[in-house]
Amino acid sequence: MRKIKELIIEKSLLSSALITIAVTLGIILVLSVETVRFFSEVSIFDFFTDTQWTPLFTEKHFGILPLLSGTFLTSFIAIAFALPIGLSISIYLSEYAPKSFRKSVKPLLELLAAVPTVVYGFFALVVVTPFLQDIIPNLSGFNSLSAGLVMGIMIIPYISSISEDALHSVPDSLREASYGMGSTKFQTAFKVIVPAASSGIIVSIILAISRAIGETMIVAVAAGQQPRLTLDPTVPIETITAYIVQVSLGDVQHGSLEYRTIFAAGITLFVFTFLLNTLSYRIRKKYQEKYE
Amino acid sequence: MNSIRKNRIKDQIFRYWGIFCTAIGLVLLSVFIGDILIDGLRRIDWDFITSLPSRKPEKSGIYTALMGSIWILLLTTIIAFPIGVAAGIYLEEYGKKNKFSGILEINISNLAGVPSIIYGLLGLEVFVRIMNLGASVLAGSLTLSLLILPIVIVATREAIKAVPTSVIDASYALGASKWQTIWHQILPASSGGILTGVILALSRAVGETAPLIVVGALAYVPFAPESPMDEFSVLPIQIFNWISRPQHGFIENAAAAIIILLCITFIMNGIAVYFRNKWQQKWK
Repeated sequence: MRKIKELIIEKSLLSSALITIAVTLGIILVLSVETVRFFSEVSIFDFFTDTQWTPLFTEKHFGILPLLSGTFLTSFIAIAFALPIGLSISIYLSEYAPKSFRKSVKPLLELLAAVPTVVYGFFALVVVTPFLQDIIPNLSGFNSLSAGLVMGIMIIPYISSISEDALHSVPDSLREASYGMGSTKFQTAFKVIVPAASSGIIVSIILAISRAIGETMIVAVAAGQQPRLTLDPTVPIETITAYIVQVSLGDVQHGSLEYRTIFAAGITLFVFTFLLNTLSYRIRKKYQEKYE
Repeated sequence: MNSIRKNRIKDQIFRYWGIFCTAIGLVLLSVFIGDILIDGLRRIDWDFITSLPSRKPEKSGIYTALMGSIWILLLTTIIAFPIGVAAGIYLEEYGKKNKFSGILEINISNLAGVPSIIYGLLGLEVFVRIMNLGASVLAGSLTLSLLILPIVIVATREAIKAVPTSVIDASYALGASKWQTIWHQILPASSGGILTGVILALSRAVGETAPLIVVGALAYVPFAPESPMDEFSVLPIQIFNWISRPQHGFIENAAAAIIILLCITFIMNGIAVYFRNKWQQKWK
């Protein structure tokens, strides 16, 4: 009796775990089925080479490049802003700051990641864009610069927290050896500790990139809804995620070609984040082995 | 001598640079909360919380959106909590170190990194269309449950891992079965950690906007939902809708609604931190 009960419990626990596999398969299946239907009407060649994305207009173009350029532009600005600051914070907290300071500041910084992203969107549109317009007069009301910068603020804690964990877990013997040779903290940090923790730092950067390209509400609010192939950060653009939101807010018929565009855009996004996540998982596994 | 001095100066410069960078993060956080308080605080009163949305900003309230968020929160908890904890227990206690558990682990780590909007596309096709739930509270909650599942699972595993083996060995030595050990020893001992993870996951769910927009949650709903099959809006979508309007009154409303949303998020985070500290002390 007891054995049967134990077995039933084990199987039901297993089925809960299997739901996670079902979710992944579901995502891949849903995205691919609709994308295959999409490509029965639109040529793949056009999808990757056309420089216009206008599925909602009468003259339709289905080139993903403008959405991709928008996504990469905002992500690039975000990373360029967050990377130096996030890394400096992590090195400062791990190597320089007193223990009590580190303990109280880290959760505060992590609050930055807990703020809902629509709130950051508000911040970008209502505070940062008007502020930047004073400095850059021809900055459009919707632009990738302020969306990217605010996204950078959001991902600072992703970089600083994970990197700090990596730096902190470098054995003290390495630090002491370096100090013993007469190195300053700066030399120790950059020549010994950072190289030793490099895989953890790289993981944090990859996760931050993946978070940036999947980020939706900041760009939907502040970057505009005009897909265009440009690297100019002062004009309105549109990202993959913002396009999906734009279509979802309108009245698009289920089964129409417009409806399918969001799945084709979605699978493009999914492939990029999937590659980045897999890469970071691989590096993390290797790094765990190194210190255990 | 000269190069030693140079190195000391570099060291000092970096120390101040580090303080400066840390301050940037904290200053931005406070500037930003301060600005929202200035914009929105005077708009908050009892009427704002109990009024239905309206075309006139000064008459608009967040009642339907707030009720929608509470519905979503409750249903998501009911769905994600048991499944996530059960999956976490399986992986930590039953999943042997074989190829299959390796796949499960990679899969969960990958799911945690899938952008939330992709979950929206999954929910739209599976819950809204195939299961024919429509743009209902239930469809939204199911979608968010899948979204937070990886967070709950990882938190459960971490909490279980922290239970000392002495507790587990003692239970087995007294003749308890595996499930008895889990139910009477491991789960009570790890409840603080699990609770922390679940609350953090839910605080993420309450701020999610994009997947619910994709699932079809509305920006304007005349009534608060009364059953899981009703249409709904949530606070973040109400905020998004108000931000997108040109009149200044709506910006004020958005700021006020953001204050309410941030209060909910920060209180949930506070509770989570409280449980974590209490729980960590227990094993020291």
